[in-house]
Amino acid sequence: MGKPRIAIFDFACCEGCQLQIVNLEEELLDLIGAADVVEWREAMSEQSHEYDIAIIEGSITRPEDEKRLEVIRTRAKILIALGACATIGGINKLKSNFDLADVKRCVYGKSANMPHLDTSPTKAIDEVVKVDYKVHGCPIDRKEFAYIVRCLLMGKKPEIPEWPVCVECKAKGNPCLWDYEQVCLGPIIRAGCGARCPSSGLRCFGCRGYIDNPNVNAAKDVIEKYGLTIDVLKSKMILFGTGYEPTNA
Amino acid sequence: MHKNMDINVHHVTRVEGHGNIVVNVTNGKIEKLQWQVPEAPRFFEAMVRGQSYEDIQTIVSRICGICSITHSLAAIKAVESAMGLKVSEQADKLRILMHYSEQMQSHTLHVGYLAAPDFFGAPSVVPLVAKAADVVKAIVGAHRVANEWSDLLAGRTTHPVTLIPGGLTRIPTEKQLRQLQKTLKDTIPALKVIADVVLSVAGNIPKFERDTEYVSLKQTKPPTYTFYHGGITSADNGGKVVPIEKWHDVANEYIVEQSTSKWAKWHRDSYAVGALARFNNNSELLSPMGKEAAKMFGLKKGCCNPFMNTVAQLVECFHVVETSIAIIDELLTKGLKDEKATSTAKAGKGAGCVEAPRGILFHEYEFDKKGKCTAADICIPTGQNHANIQKDFEKLVPEIIHEGEKAVRQKLEMLVRAYDPCISCSTHMLEVKFVK
Repeated sequence: MGKPRIAIFDFACCEGCQLQIVNLEEELLDLIGAADVVEWREAMSEQSHEYDIAIIEGSITRPEDEKRLEVIRTRAKILIALGACATIGGINKLKSNFDLADVKRCVYGKSANMPHLDTSPTKAIDEVVKVDYKVHGCPIDRKEFAYIVRCLLMGKKPEIPEWPVCVECKAKGNPCLWDYEQVCLGPIIRAGCGARCPSSGLRCFGCRGYIDNPNVNAAKDVIEKYGLTIDVLKSKMILFGTGYEPTNA
Repeated sequence: MHKNMDINVHHVTRVEGHGNIVVNVTNGKIEKLQWQVPEAPRFFEAMVRGQSYEDIQTIVSRICGICSITHSLAAIKAVESAMGLKVSEQADKLRILMHYSEQMQSHTLHVGYLAAPDFFGAPSVVPLVAKAADVVKAIVGAHRVANEWSDLLAGRTTHPVTLIPGGLTRIPTEKQLRQLQKTLKDTIPALKVIADVVLSVAGNIPKFERDTEYVSLKQTKPPTYTFYHGGITSADNGGKVVPIEKWHDVANEYIVEQSTSKWAKWHRDSYAVGALARFNNNSELLSPMGKEAAKMFGLKKGCCNPFMNTVAQLVECFHVVETSIAIIDELLTKGLKDEKATSTAKAGKGAGCVEAPRGILFHEYEFDKKGKCTAADICIPTGQNHANIQKDFEKLVPEIIHEGEKAVRQKLEMLVRAYDPCISCSTHMLEVKFVK
């Protein structure tokens, strides 16, 4: 069997997750050696319709993008959602807090009704097509990305953390930000980032999404200790994935 | 004779975001020549409404992955202006150091990964790994240093987690700063390798000129080659400095059908921003190594060849590295103080302006008394360059049309890349279409 062919595509996003792939530096050169990168518009001029693994960055905000994504899905054996915009809709979901006509008027004023400025409600990739693997985070962690790609190249299933950010934060010996009156989302959000934001003194904003099967009772005990509720926590889940609900919580 | 031409570059490659180039020539006459921006609009100015003043920088950094630190800094300056917050000298210096790390990140990415393949006639940096291993190694090394530099100051390379209204969440240790300083000194030889190689292929940089208005920040107190403080200037304004609060007088935005990103003009039909604009307005204030690099390439004040923007970026790499070594000395001489930034909400309106790697950037916000954002206005460098790119197209194509479709297509793509557009920012951009 030849080398697996990888294609990278971007939709509405900041392209910061693709940048993390570039940021792998020397390690990226090794990955490129183990696979054939056949299309990657941000970094290369080469293009192809034939690939085994499609990596999708960004969220879907226009009907024409939905169609483009569906075509990519039919061509790819494995489809990976890259980063919070792709996995949970990301920052683009903030748009869902407003009426779309109001959003357009706010930015484009009198020209808001020009057809090329049209927009539809933001969708994560799995709201449009089947997603096989998710690389979480805003931006993604480049080491985790390299790990997931390595696993797929070896035909193994990557292990993605199913415990909360608090686990990694405690392991680093950080003081709890709840003691500093910050409503940190650590208890309900998937780890794997190395608790990067709380380690810098900034609360967790939830960019890696909710944990799949949170220990709700344990979380409740902690939340009650600080006089809060699960709903207050969920109401803070606004910067990434507005309106997105945890499973089994 | 090239009587007919149909170039249609749908989504120009090796740029951040989506843009198209369309050229239609019939019987030797240019029927259509357009720089189009079809990027999916993302509506940040609408989305931040209702959010707390403390979270604005965290949201708007997501406008762009390549200049996330710059967007955060512009936002935080605007918020601090609205809330009347003062920032300590130490925090100010650390922020500038952080900002320089992003200039270096973005410039090495653009010069090395996005623009350089054109000079070598390669479709991407990948084939260059075999052809020019030493220079690829130098580029990768310099880019990695820039990333580690951002990691230290911003908490990570993309989307900073240390910036809060009033200052920083944490500061590096003296030991870490000393290590960074050593790393920066050790990086200078790699920059020289990159400069030598770019110089060796500089003959492939098209010789094209168009008299252009260049707009950038300018700082007079003290005179500094600035990316962060100061006001707005252009040679058309007689070098006078306009306060950043008056940025609406400079960036007169308008909407055109070929773009989801707004366009802008000041004294003329279009203007340019970016490294070449900064160089043209402030080159006498470059660090010694910056000046030396400019001399090496024959880059002089008043240059109006847009393709030379890439060279100006390389010049700035030397400048930010050399200047950062000096800033670290100043910080260490004074000794680091552990400061705690605090802020309280109040109603107000404020503007913030900084130089993104690809040009001047404006943010403006209004807040109610609870500190909730009620209005936002953001003007992106690439948006300010769009009209200028179109004007360059209109002068360049008739000059090179006899070279044929392939050459026209390649030069137009190179031109767009030279501006180092960040189309996600301006919304997103790049495609070239030739129609026969």
